[in-house]
Amino acid sequence: MRARTLLEKIWEGHVVSQEDDAPAILYVDLHLVHEVTSPQAFSGLRAKGLRVRRPERTKATMDHSVPTIARHKLSVIDSKGDAQLAELDANCKEFGVELWREGHARQGIVHVVGPELGLTHPGSTIVCGDSHTATHGAFGALAFGIGTTEVEHVLATQCLLQRKPKSLAIEVDGRLQDGVTAKDLILAIIAKIGVGGATGHVIEYRGEAIEALSMEERMTVCNMSIEAGARAGMTAPDEKTFAWLEGRPFAPKGAEWERALTRWKTCFSDEGAHFDAMMRIDASLLSPMITFGTTPGMGMPIDGRIPNPESLPDKSDRKALEKALAYMGFAADEAMLGKPVDVVFIGSCTNGRLSDLREAAGVFAGRRVAPGVQTLVVPGSRSVKLAAEAEGLDQIFLTAGAEWREPGCSMCLGMNGDNVPAGRLSVSTSNRNFEGRQGPGARTLLASPRTAAASAVTGVVTDARSLS
Amino acid sequence: MSCLTILQGTVCPLASDDVDTDQIIPARFLKATTKEAIGEGLFADWAQVPGFPTRDERFSGAPFLFVGRNFGCGSSREHAAWALAQNGFRVVIARSFADIFRQNCLKNGILPLPLSDGDHESLHAFLLADPIAQVCLDLPAATLTFGSFEAKFALEPFAKRCLVEGVDELGYILSRIALVQAWEVQFES
Repeated sequence: MRARTLLEKIWEGHVVSQEDDAPAILYVDLHLVHEVTSPQAFSGLRAKGLRVRRPERTKATMDHSVPTIARHKLSVIDSKGDAQLAELDANCKEFGVELWREGHARQGIVHVVGPELGLTHPGSTIVCGDSHTATHGAFGALAFGIGTTEVEHVLATQCLLQRKPKSLAIEVDGRLQDGVTAKDLILAIIAKIGVGGATGHVIEYRGEAIEALSMEERMTVCNMSIEAGARAGMTAPDEKTFAWLEGRPFAPKGAEWERALTRWKTCFSDEGAHFDAMMRIDASLLSPMITFGTTPGMGMPIDGRIPNPESLPDKSDRKALEKALAYMGFAADEAMLGKPVDVVFIGSCTNGRLSDLREAAGVFAGRRVAPGVQTLVVPGSRSVKLAAEAEGLDQIFLTAGAEWREPGCSMCLGMNGDNVPAGRLSVSTSNRNFEGRQGPGARTLLASPRTAAASAVTGVVTDARSLS
Repeated sequence: MSCLTILQGTVCPLASDDVDTDQIIPARFLKATTKEAIGEGLFADWAQVPGFPTRDERFSGAPFLFVGRNFGCGSSREHAAWALAQNGFRVVIARSFADIFRQNCLKNGILPLPLSDGDHESLHAFLLADPIAQVCLDLPAATLTFGSFEAKFALEPFAKRCLVEGVDELGYILSRIALVQAWEVQFES
């Protein structure tokens, strides 16, 4: 039998039909829904007199618009945001979709709750009206973001029209050094291939360094695949994956678990399988990374200097860097270390899981947030929040002078009022440093939870390895 | 959705590279539950700078938007395509597009028109020389004409059919729903 990539195996296993000169009809195993990109899709169904074809394959949660301050302490009610939450509630009731409302034990950021509930299965197809759906690829699923029209298609048919993406293998050799995290690895990869470098491709992250990562770390890597332009990112499942899933609420049970395991163990790229593109990177050479510009591709080792536009051979790259530095208020050849920081955000679907909070708490323990730095720690889900509180992490954050919030997307995109004020500089564990992403005029540096926490306690951009 | 075949008009020149969907429509405009008035958020932050092309009267009513490489990267928000459509844009001309944004355009009757680097540069020079010059799209022939220059572009046959004939993709899948049912019977464990 022909050697196939993991992508090809999943793709071929889900094509319902393929006509000449048309995209394939691809079957979707799991559809995740949140309040921002779904209302117009449900309205579309209603207008056409359609129902949700397979409601049990759709799960909904509230994340983008939920306040992260407890409701009884809210000083301002966001009526538009609340209307959006109410609309999702009404839509899920009308169409029979299971919803985890604000405050529910299973509520949280859609890409945090899917895996932690065991909904994310190796070899499956998963879509969501959200570009960070690639997170689920850490389990060996083909998981990608879609627009609202496509959300309606999936609700109505459980299928999507899709052209087969190309495959890109990223081989990550060696091991990450101590103090260098999965976030640093993915920022280094994006800096290397660029924000459009993987357009049209599904990335499979492979190699020694990837195998050594925990499931949470693999999620961080896959999560930011879109930031390199990729359709999706994935890592082949292994014993760590199976151990992580076993016993979770939506993981198969008993004899079904055994059958699933047999199937899941075939989810890998065959020896000699052909990838459309390949890239190699040596993990052992990497340092903690930080971004300096307005795309996630504008990143560098934290102890480096901002590149000089004049050193770039490509005219577009040069112009983009000049524009970014003007927005950020930075100059070429400057160091990032030591730049004063106004806001620190620890959370998001990239770095809002328990292991991320533990990393940050390790830095905050016995230290205090520097005066004048607003520091938000926002768990990715209610379950992450409860687990963190059970081991006392909340007390470490609060004692250090950080804010401990309710779960949600929060300051990653600032839809819920958690904004970085105009002109202020934030170190953020989220995934995008676009102009105004965290609020109009906000300036964002992307980094790992360790770097963010270290910068919070010193008040300036800091390499966590330098803290005594 | 109205069909797109031949279209002549002016070009709103943005030319920037790697424009993300947070710029096309910032997150604060996503709190809507309908598609109504989404267009008001188009380039809301950039448009505050005097002379920004989408607010420049010379380009008022332009059906073509001219941008650089990797247009529409970032968030999957279809609001970006809705906002463009509500502002009268039917064609976005770029060196390249981000995948999800490109799909969202096609779903809303907007043609994502990719030009080779050379053709892109020629069009840029043409527009710099005469900013209100008209260009002409012939979608069935997959050409864009400006001045005496004719540029060819690539578009997959199905996407072309959807735009030219106004094919409804949901209708396409629904008309084959028996195949979906058969697939479920065979493969769902």
